[in-house]
Amino acid sequence: MGAIEVDEVSKRYGTCQALERVSLDIRAGEIYGLIGPDGAGKTSLFRILVTLLLPDSGHARVEGLDVVKDFMAIRRRIGYMPGRFSLYQDLTVAENLDFFATMFGTTVADNYENIREIYSQIEPFRDRRAGKLSGGMKQKLALCCALVHRPTVLFLDEPTTGVDAVSRKEFWNMLYRIREAGVTILVSTPYMDEASLCDRISLIQQGHIIETGTPAAIVAQYPHRLFGVSGHPAYPLLKYLRRRNDLLRCFSFGSEHHVAVAPGTIAPDELQTQIRAAGFSDATVHEIEPNIEDCFMELAKKERQKA
Amino acid sequence: MKEFLSFIKKEFRHIFRDRRTILIVLVMPIVQIILFGFAVSTEVHDARVDVVGDLADPSVRQTVARIDQNPYLHVTAVLGSVAEVAERFRAGKSDVAVCFERNFDERLRHYDKAFIRILGDGSDPNTAQMIVNYVNGVLSTVQSELSASEGTQTASFPHVQYMYNPAVRSSYNFVPGVMGLILMLVCSMMTAISIVREKESGTLELLLVSPIRPVGVIVSKAIPYLALSLINLVTILLLARFVLGVPLRGSLFLLAVMSVLFILASLGIGLLISVVSATQKTALLISGMGLTMPTMIFSGIIFPCESMPVILQYVSDIIPAKWYIIMVKKIMIEGVGFSYIYPEFIILLVMTLFLLVVSVRLFKRRL
Repeated sequence: MGAIEVDEVSKRYGTCQALERVSLDIRAGEIYGLIGPDGAGKTSLFRILVTLLLPDSGHARVEGLDVVKDFMAIRRRIGYMPGRFSLYQDLTVAENLDFFATMFGTTVADNYENIREIYSQIEPFRDRRAGKLSGGMKQKLALCCALVHRPTVLFLDEPTTGVDAVSRKEFWNMLYRIREAGVTILVSTPYMDEASLCDRISLIQQGHIIETGTPAAIVAQYPHRLFGVSGHPAYPLLKYLRRRNDLLRCFSFGSEHHVAVAPGTIAPDELQTQIRAAGFSDATVHEIEPNIEDCFMELAKKERQKA
Repeated sequence: MKEFLSFIKKEFRHIFRDRRTILIVLVMPIVQIILFGFAVSTEVHDARVDVVGDLADPSVRQTVARIDQNPYLHVTAVLGSVAEVAERFRAGKSDVAVCFERNFDERLRHYDKAFIRILGDGSDPNTAQMIVNYVNGVLSTVQSELSASEGTQTASFPHVQYMYNPAVRSSYNFVPGVMGLILMLVCSMMTAISIVREKESGTLELLLVSPIRPVGVIVSKAIPYLALSLINLVTILLLARFVLGVPLRGSLFLLAVMSVLFILASLGIGLLISVVSATQKTALLISGMGLTMPTMIFSGIIFPCESMPVILQYVSDIIPAKWYIIMVKKIMIEGVGFSYIYPEFIILLVMTLFLLVVSVRLFKRRL
């Protein structure tokens, strides 16, 4: 039995189809990533799973409990960290933690071991009001509050949005340690680079799950060869690449352009020569491994073409 | 139980850490009661009286002297003709004119009948009415004196006396009114805002996901405001009694019971507001426009309900504050017991139960 089972769940707000026949099967003790851009339906799915929203159709179970019928039992055993910082800004760190511990019928002292590792980092600021914490500390506090009652399933809705790179890295290390305790973690993020940190992921786009699997498996399915092209000036180079019809797709990706080509059509050196000949004298082309974002772009495009 | 205590502690922290909340909850009531008690009063002091008539006439002289002796009135000018009165009113130099008939004394003696005309400035009808009443009061006293000294039988003037409030002090009306208004405001508005604030900040999402039941959330939200309202009630009563001199003739216990009932009704309204509004601004607007205004207008604090069109009287009937204020007036000013107020009590009780049941049922356990 999976820790979280989602079976053909749909949700609609007025004319906007937030989720369309979404199915997921999340195993106990894994970190499962829900990857997709803003507005893809991640938060709606989270709210259905934490029993805050009712699905229009379909079923979902958390640890075998139905999210509609057994919502009270589910509420006792899950931890939830909503998308935006949702603690009391006018209460101190310690007051917030105490409050949420009591709401779940426990105390901070009883579960100190469970949160010690994270809480010890913010404990020096225990008398500071939550509203005056930095983004990274707020996130740690929110995680402590979600963990204080020893949930067996943890729902983290975009936990790293608005958090700096160092804190994000620390945060993921914390998630790994929480997983070691046997907690199932469902995490959503708009950051594609965080996808590879999950055990398994689902890519979600406009309410549809477009791919599910381990990050490695999804990357392995990438059907094209991928070249990294860099050169100056960058934008005219991108326009030049897009004009060529022997290349499948071009995306700007940081300082590089990612160019997808059908296998066996053109080699990197060949492309480099042609680009240099077109006036971009410093251009370099080298073959690269696709990442999750490349896969997402590819799959999203396919999905759009299907529709 | 521990959950409740912790929740209530948290609510008190929210209240005491926000200066604006403290201001609204604890300072505003005091300011309002003092403001309504002293500054905003419908009493008239030092009304300016013009006299049209011949001061050489002994009866006229006696009457004018009496008017001038009245603490609320003083004579400012003696005019030659009634035609001048209008100009004095327009210039804002006088509030009322008393016009005596020619040969007033003589007519009074020979015919037992002489005419006095009182001209009030109707551009401010409430004030005019009040001043005319004062003048009338003085005239009736003079009348009875004159008839006594002459030994004649004149037509009897009514002698008006206001029971329970002989000095016709407006604070007797305002204090119960402001009590209703303040308790309503603190309970409804603050409860609504404190719940909607959690909606806005997303903490309600966390509370709903926790095992605590919605009724638990509601009760814990309500208790601190209930407690603060009781403090307000005590402050208001103390101020009313010892600063404004409004009596508390009836039973304090009865008053407290009725107040708690009214506070519960207000909490119900607050919960209803919190259910329908998504932002604190909306909640504030609804409680301001939809609650404070109608309470001021329809509960009889400023305008007597009896003089409203029938439809508006029906509207005023659905305002809980109206019934509470009626009861407070009866208990405080008239000093009556429960048997005199039970119709209002039952109406308020039904309203309270209805509001509480509906709001608790509407309060969602999901988003």
